[in-house]
Amino acid sequence: MYRYDKIDQAIVDARVAEFKDQVARRLNNEITEDQFKPLRLMNGLYLQLHAYMLRVAIPYGTLSGTQMRMLAHIARKYDRDYGHFTTRQNIQYNWIKLEQFSDLLDDLSKVEMHAFQTSGNCIRNISSDQFAGAAADEVADPRPYAELLRQWSTLHPEFSFLPRKFKIAVIASEADRAAIQLHDIGLQLRKNDAGDLGFRVWVGGGMGRTPVLAKVIREFIPVSQFLSYSEAILRVYNRYGRRDNIYKARIKILVNELGIEEFTRQVEDEWALLQPLALDAPQSEYDRIIAQFPDPAFDPAAPDSIDVSNPEFGAWVDQNTHFHKQRGYASVTISLKPPGGIPGDASSAQMDIIADLAERYAHDEIRVTHSQNLVLAHVRKVDLHALWTVLRAAGLATANLDLVTDIIACPGMDYCTLANARSIPIAQKIAAKFENDGAAQRDIGELKIKISGCINGCGHHHAGHIGILGVDKKGEEAYQLLLGGSGAEDASLAKILGPGFDENGIVDAVDRLIGFYKSARTGPDERFLDAYRRLGPAPFKDAVYV
Amino acid sequence: MPHILTGNRLETGDVLWWDGSDWTLHIREAALIEPAAIEALIAEMKPAERINDLAAVEVTVEGGSYRPTTTRERVRAIGPSVRPDFALPSLPVDTI
Amino acid sequence: MSDPQIATLAELLAGANSSAVRIEPGDDARALLPHLGQLTLVEVTFPKFRDGRGYSSARILREAGFTGTLRAAGDVLVDQLGFMVRAGFDDFAPDVPLDPAVVERTLARYPFVYQKAADARAPAWALREGA
Ligand code: SF4
Repeated sequence: MYRYDKIDQAIVDARVAEFKDQVARRLNNEITEDQFKPLRLMNGLYLQLHAYMLRVAIPYGTLSGTQMRMLAHIARKYDRDYGHFTTRQNIQYNWIKLEQFSDLLDDLSKVEMHAFQTSGNCIRNISSDQFAGAAADEVADPRPYAELLRQWSTLHPEFSFLPRKFKIAVIASEADRAAIQLHDIGLQLRKNDAGDLGFRVWVGGGMGRTPVLAKVIREFIPVSQFLSYSEAILRVYNRYGRRDNIYKARIKILVNELGIEEFTRQVEDEWALLQPLALDAPQSEYDRIIAQFPDPAFDPAAPDSIDVSNPEFGAWVDQNTHFHKQRGYASVTISLKPPGGIPGDASSAQMDIIADLAERYAHDEIRVTHSQNLVLAHVRKVDLHALWTVLRAAGLATANLDLVTDIIACPGMDYCTLANARSIPIAQKIAAKFENDGAAQRDIGELKIKISGCINGCGHHHAGHIGILGVDKKGEEAYQLLLGGSGAEDASLAKILGPGFDENGIVDAVDRLIGFYKSARTGPDERFLDAYRRLGPAPFKDAVYV
Repeated sequence: MPHILTGNRLETGDVLWWDGSDWTLHIREAALIEPAAIEALIAEMKPAERINDLAAVEVTVEGGSYRPTTTRERVRAIGPSVRPDFALPSLPVDTI
Repeated sequence: MSDPQIATLAELLAGANSSAVRIEPGDDARALLPHLGQLTLVEVTFPKFRDGRGYSSARILREAGFTGTLRAAGDVLVDQLGFMVRAGFDDFAPDVPLDPAVVERTLARYPFVYQKAADARAPAWALREGA
């Protein structure tokens, strides 16, 4: 993992001091709320339905046991004993008090954490693959490059007042576990024919009111130049992105309005002009950062077999562990979608337990996934049973990764001031139909249900095999049903199936969709999404709107 | 329709209701106010910059309390519907 | 300070013999490049602080070698000053006067920066390289 040097720490300390100064000026009425609001948003502090909400940055979703323990401490000391892991691989707290916020930031900074740029019209926290450094299919660990991006984008003097927020994701394999085609910039690390490392660069993806899949603007930019290339993209966007309409301000609209050829030409021209300025970090900095992401000290004698004589354990191993590049190891997904739970929520006690487990069994590393689960990336297979036993006792061993009850849901109208409808109760009601029957869930197979409480799409409904969008129907909560989305390498945007539903109606509709799918699939290997792609919407529509 | 006045306390973010002379955490203690009078109150309070997001909320009078007509304001008055353990006592959680 | 007469971009491009020009957020700063020799002052307006196009305008002018006065004018708030200085501004005309004490604190705030910009500060990677 990346560890701060004195420069990184001094910048965080200065930022904390700056925000303390801003809070003090607000509390003393030296600035108005209108002036303060953008300042607090740049520090991840929103005013939500019940209190202030704080979004803490977890760069590329990676944190240590010590950091997780601090997140638990924050939950206990400043909040109501829990936190919510988000689709942006961050954590949110829902009950924060402004008057305690300075102390909270001090605590975070002690473990190299902060809330910079988790909101506002700036470059947001960089996201990445939760299996980075462990996946057998990656060309190299993408995280050093995510760290280079983190530093480059932190307090960037030119790009802190963009037309709109800006999200960048970095992956290093053909399999896309970070939804790069739904980001403003998606970077896929790859090797060219000469064997050199570089990025395929995607631009202009996004969800929200106008969902768009990103387009490739460059097949290969050498890693040594990807920061200046990003700078060129951002400059074109900052200068020409629309500022007249908040719904047309994302880079995807600029790319669409200019056309990909013209947009690419402008970026290439800008990049040519930037060349003489030598903006890219030198090789020594790459080497310094890459050296902080070594393989852990793997145990070469770790046995490769697992005793799965306990069927409950076996089901969990089948569902929630992932193939690891090192023989004798696996990557473990800790489900934050237990029966009756709130997707992505973890109590401080659970966070402490996960921190302990990471230190004991997983080389002190935890990852947050964009589907609101946690990952221990490097676990010896011989340790899985002991790990599972502890997780199970803590309500953290639900064997449902990528199954029907592994639902993404944004906070929705239970917390969020922008919401049109509640998301969490819908997730709970859908899950309740299946959560006591693991075999039935496994029979349905991979099914990604994603729920957003408004058009902003924090719950990624456009990328759901089944997407659900909360809308306001004359003051009542209502739900649209979308089908056929994917945020993976086979990315596609979900389409509205037909008229919307009320709360019970949407739950029944999902039930009917699943029933129809089971009757229509070619076999257990044909996923819901595949069946939808093969059959098209019509028979699904007939099944729902009877 | 009757109206009441709400806002959030700057220092804590707490959801507040105006009881006619002061702010309270409990919607059942709120005071009914004419819409025009609410606008005047907001205009009077805003310059102090101590209460954020001042707004009028439409309610019905029910069982000794006030029930906002929108789900959003009911959630604000009670708490998240998915965390009944945090619910404030003015209204039953299932009225959200 | 007595300013020279400030021309608009359109006036300058139409041949105004002015040594000072004002550009708005939507103006292309690169249109000034053929005229940099005649200019001693470029005023970049910020009608709303949230509109960040002026930061790009400033950097573009400095990157092209403009050494005259670069002024940020309009909705210039103290919390943006640090970014503005890094983008190349060296003169400020805020609509609402700034508190000098807060300005001083703000500009002295960051001991290090991460990226190259239009000021002379060395980015973190350059300092580390020398370390
Ligand atoms: S999708 Fe809408 S309701 Fe859900 S968290 Fe985002 S802004 Fe809030």
